[in-house]
Amino acid sequence: MNRYQAIKDLWEERRAFSGRVYVAIGLCALLLAFLVLRLVQLQVVQHDYFSTRADDNRMRLVAVPPVRGLIFDRNGALLAHNQPSFVLNIVPEQAHKLDDTLARLGRLVKISERDVTRFRDRMHKTPRYRPVALRSNLSAEEVANFEINRYDFRNDGAAVDASLVRAYPLGAQASHLIGYVGGISDADYATLNESQYSGLTQIGKSGVEKSHEDALRGMPGNKIVEANAGGRPLRELDYKGGTPGANLYLSIDARLQAVAEQALGELDGAAVAIDPRSGEVLALVSKPGFDPQLFVDGIDGASYRALLEDPDRPLYSRALLGAYPPGSTMKPFIAVAGLIAGTLNPDAKVFDPGYFQLPGSERRYRCWKRSGHGWVDLNTAIQKSCDVYFYQAALNMGIDRIVSVLDGFGFGRVSGLDLPSERTGLLPTRAWKQKMYRQAWYPGETLNTGIGQGYLTVTPLQLAQATARLAMHGGGFKPHLLHAVEDPVSHDLTAVRPEALPVVEAGNTAAFDKVIAAMELVALPGGTAYAVFKDAPYRVAAKTGTAQVAGLRQDETVAAKLETVAYRLRDHALFVAFAPADDPQIVVAVVAEHAGHGGTSAAPVARALMDQYLLGRVTYNNPAAAALPAPAVDADGAPEEPDEDSDEHPDGWQSAPAPSLPDSGGAVPPPL
Amino acid sequence: MTVNVSVISSAPKPVGSWGAWFARWHFDLVLGLLLMAVAGLGLFVLYSATGQSLGMVISQAQRLVLGLVVMVVLAQAPPEFYRAAAPWFYGFSMLLLVAVAVLGQHAKGAQRWLDLGVMRFQPSELMKLAAPIAVAAYLQSRHLPPSFGTILVSLALIMVPTGLIAIQPDLGTALLVVTAGVLALFFGGLRWRWIILAVGAVAAAAPLLWLKLHDYQRNRLLTFLDPERDPLGAGYHITQSKIAIGSGGLFGKGWLMGTQAKLDFLPEAHTDFIFAVYSEELGLIGVLLLLLLYTAIVVRCLVISMRGQDTFQRLLAGSLGLTFFIYVFINCGMVIGLVPVVGVPLPLVSYGGTSAVTLLAGFGILMSVQTHRKLLTS
Repeated sequence: MNRYQAIKDLWEERRAFSGRVYVAIGLCALLLAFLVLRLVQLQVVQHDYFSTRADDNRMRLVAVPPVRGLIFDRNGALLAHNQPSFVLNIVPEQAHKLDDTLARLGRLVKISERDVTRFRDRMHKTPRYRPVALRSNLSAEEVANFEINRYDFRNDGAAVDASLVRAYPLGAQASHLIGYVGGISDADYATLNESQYSGLTQIGKSGVEKSHEDALRGMPGNKIVEANAGGRPLRELDYKGGTPGANLYLSIDARLQAVAEQALGELDGAAVAIDPRSGEVLALVSKPGFDPQLFVDGIDGASYRALLEDPDRPLYSRALLGAYPPGSTMKPFIAVAGLIAGTLNPDAKVFDPGYFQLPGSERRYRCWKRSGHGWVDLNTAIQKSCDVYFYQAALNMGIDRIVSVLDGFGFGRVSGLDLPSERTGLLPTRAWKQKMYRQAWYPGETLNTGIGQGYLTVTPLQLAQATARLAMHGGGFKPHLLHAVEDPVSHDLTAVRPEALPVVEAGNTAAFDKVIAAMELVALPGGTAYAVFKDAPYRVAAKTGTAQVAGLRQDETVAAKLETVAYRLRDHALFVAFAPADDPQIVVAVVAEHAGHGGTSAAPVARALMDQYLLGRVTYNNPAAAALPAPAVDADGAPEEPDEDSDEHPDGWQSAPAPSLPDSGGAVPPPL
Repeated sequence: MTVNVSVISSAPKPVGSWGAWFARWHFDLVLGLLLMAVAGLGLFVLYSATGQSLGMVISQAQRLVLGLVVMVVLAQAPPEFYRAAAPWFYGFSMLLLVAVAVLGQHAKGAQRWLDLGVMRFQPSELMKLAAPIAVAAYLQSRHLPPSFGTILVSLALIMVPTGLIAIQPDLGTALLVVTAGVLALFFGGLRWRWIILAVGAVAAAAPLLWLKLHDYQRNRLLTFLDPERDPLGAGYHITQSKIAIGSGGLFGKGWLMGTQAKLDFLPEAHTDFIFAVYSEELGLIGVLLLLLLYTAIVVRCLVISMRGQDTFQRLLAGSLGLTFFIYVFINCGMVIGLVPVVGVPLPLVSYGGTSAVTLLAGFGILMSVQTHRKLLTS
């Protein structure tokens, strides 16, 4: 009761309070010490660590992609370049209502169904925070339309970005040759060195773009930027430029390329022109071509399927990948082989009754000319393309000696041209047959090889290269496309030096002279190509050929329409030539698929190429169509010429492998 | 400066000095200058922390000036006035707190504001002053050291408003109200055995409390113990703040040069985490200077409290001064990862109005205690 009324001891309260204040000061000192110690730990002891963390926070390494090198032809005509382009990009992550965004964009910028499907295709293959192109090559008006309304798209992740887009002025004309660039795929990433591609989104996918990728690409540089917490770069701290890609000058002559493309017209096939003095490829055409631009910013599924399913196979580079039976174009090489082997006497005559029989066999190997050529020597045999003469020549030589010389000419091997993929074709040997079919080599197969049929297949490029080596009397150079490289920094041009090949049967120039002389007759009256070359102001050495097709098409799985089948069963026309015959400057090989005979459909292409190259203009007008009737009524000793190659083989070789191989037709490796 | 030093060290009223002249207007020159030094420094840091926004610095300066005016005005009333007004002030503050609970405005998901039409007002700020004043006034009327009953009544005075603030929820302010009230009790001579008992009870209840916590609250505690556990989520604030402070080093990156704050890596850079901006830009040296200023303020408050002429004045001054220190410690401690993150601003430096005004109002009462002394002490 009284306890609470007791008088307050004020002095005692004051003394007690002072005690508490001292305690409080002690407490403060203790807490302060904690703070200071902790600050020392952070700011002194761990300073370096946190400095690094702060720099990691703010600094971003950004790749600076190099500008891809340009591609020119030998005269400086542009074949591939980088075109400034405005691209409408969408960052999928930021486009929350994508359909709505697309609809609204469609009112400002032309967006086709194809653009949308392509965009969606690509969107699924790209990380969601990366921009995906919806439309490229926006017009100035479209860019303005978008930019004016930009504010409406602030929440859609849409933006117009300027960029460089690879462009190919020649379009389909050189599509297989130059190739194209495309997005770097996962498969590409598996093999490439990523530091060389930082900041780059495209890589050479085919053609020169692929084979010279390293030179064209250049080296990426990088810069360090300061970025805020949202990742937005605010300023540049350091810049290390990369090296732009080198400009390439190809040995190709764009005009020749165009001439060859035009001369082939509607035909499918390939034409290869080589300068035999250096191995430089002057023209390399494969028809039909495709639009390489389709691939540059990502092809849509439908267009790609259409290209793949096209029966003419436009994506397929016939000049390097098409393995065709060479037919009669093989005869000059067989002749060289025979002369070298000493089994062929150029002056000795062989009688051609229209067929050939192996000793002790009843089987008849037919000449394309049923009635036979009568007594023929080497000159006539090549000029008129007599099969029986070459059956005999091949038989005398034997397959082993044939193979060893044909191998020297480069058949059965890749030529080493600087393009990504090339077929070897097939140079059949005893060992190959044993391995493939577990069967011995039959003499009948030697006969077929002698006229360029049977198992033997070659690519148009091999045919051109072998002809070049023949023209150079067994010498010649490795074929190449790269003419000169321009240093991206100093702009110095470095010419590519031709690489000489080991000479085929050196010293035996007489054999080559003989055969070249005989080949000249082909373009002269009585020759199978006279109709095309009769008014040519230069000397031409040539050989026509027709390759039998029926039976080679088992790889066709799609049942085509009837008229298509008929077309597909027609023979391939082949033609090899060089000019001038005494001073070879250009070698041409032409394959025209299903075009009948080499003299009428393939030779005009070669004529046009040679005219253009040697004369600077095409003097030969009216290929196949107009030329046809004239020689037929010509009185200069070659009345049958136009029809010559048309029935050159069907009988001639189809009967040949029969004894050994009931299914010989089917056993020939697919040409594609 | 020599004048100021003489004021600190000299006896109550040296005639003719600047201090005496100011004291006549009930302004304590030492405390006043220290406060303005901190506030001035704070405005410089704020300029940097707001991304060089002069507008925000000016509006903060206006609030500080308002606070100084309130301080000077409150200093004019004698301490006896505050003691007499204590029940009314406390009752008024409670009324407002209840009002907030019933019809307050939502801000940042918490119900703290009362919209007065002209401005929004946070009644919990008032309670930061009302609670210690009420406890001090009550203890003045009781026999000290406080008996058990006295303690219970004091605790009731503290805990009821604290509870109302905590459910808003505003744990930071609740913590400061409890601190202010309990410190008044502590200065009132609360027996050590009660203190030890209370600490023991809290320690014993901790595991039980852990079980009662919400998941997010546990998460917060775990994150405090190991911020790197979730550097992009819950631990992001504290991780970035440590990076800012640590990268500042001994001398700092220089004013306006802090990358963490400028590039938005540091969240709440101009409010709760402004200490990290300061540390990053001015380094350990700058931080020690700031802590020295704060410590000087606290020491000055404790000196004033010891000169208090009655128990009410002493308890109130001691409580307000030490609460100010706790304020500083909690904010710095959470920014450097020493205590869990609670929403306590850095006094006089963080951007934000009411807390600065309340703080300065408290210092006004301290100045009243210092400048209304009669020559004859009780």
